[in-house]
Amino acid sequence: MHDGNVTRAAQTFVPLTASAVLVNKVGLHARPSVKLTQCAKGFAAKIELALAAGGPWTDAKSPVKVMRVKAPQGATLHFRVTGSDAKAALAAVLALVHDGFGEA
Amino acid sequence: MSSSSSGNVGIVIVSHSPKIAEGAADMVRQMVGSAVPLAWTGGDVDGGLGTNVAGILAAIETAWSPAGVAILVDLGGAETNSEMAVEMLAEDRRARVVVCNAPVVEGAVIAATESSGGSPLAAVKRSAEEFYA
Repeated sequence: MHDGNVTRAAQTFVPLTASAVLVNKVGLHARPSVKLTQCAKGFAAKIELALAAGGPWTDAKSPVKVMRVKAPQGATLHFRVTGSDAKAALAAVLALVHDGFGEA
Repeated sequence: MSSSSSGNVGIVIVSHSPKIAEGAADMVRQMVGSAVPLAWTGGDVDGGLGTNVAGILAAIETAWSPAGVAILVDLGGAETNSEMAVEMLAEDRRARVVVCNAPVVEGAVIAATESSGGSPLAAVKRSAEEFYA
């Protein structure tokens, strides 16, 4: 019946992308990584980040992987978000980066 | 040091040095916040460097959560004493306590981060162990 189409529509979200410059002094070190992953985990969407628009993409819900990106201050963080709440998730992670993760 | 504000997985830090255990717990509290039950223990019964089973059992009790408890340890005795403490738990609790194969400081912060998002015990352990992956 129509179930097939509904299922497909629910599973194939177009990824949303956006970027933001890291303004906080330490870059994406331990504490900001924890804040970012905590924020990301609040959403169902798949959230990935990268230092370039073409990737390689890192799971933004994994604090270990996010720390390994070692993004410094001034780096541009690219986000790729896929899922039903992608819009809200993208807005939340971008706000966090713009806000310098609440740090100076 | 404890918090039981949620059903999140509890974190127990076991080090030979009470200073290391307490310091690692401080890092967890400051970096991750207070949404995770947390306890630490370190030192032998005479106050020297070492670990003791009674202290570990008390820490598990303090950090207890229905979602389970993940233990982060430093060296040899911390691990064997933690395993001994787990074996001494009541049977219904035993299956909900795991010792993570992860560095104690980093593992504690990462495990707590994972727990603070409401992840189950297996995910908390897996995330902490990513350091050695």
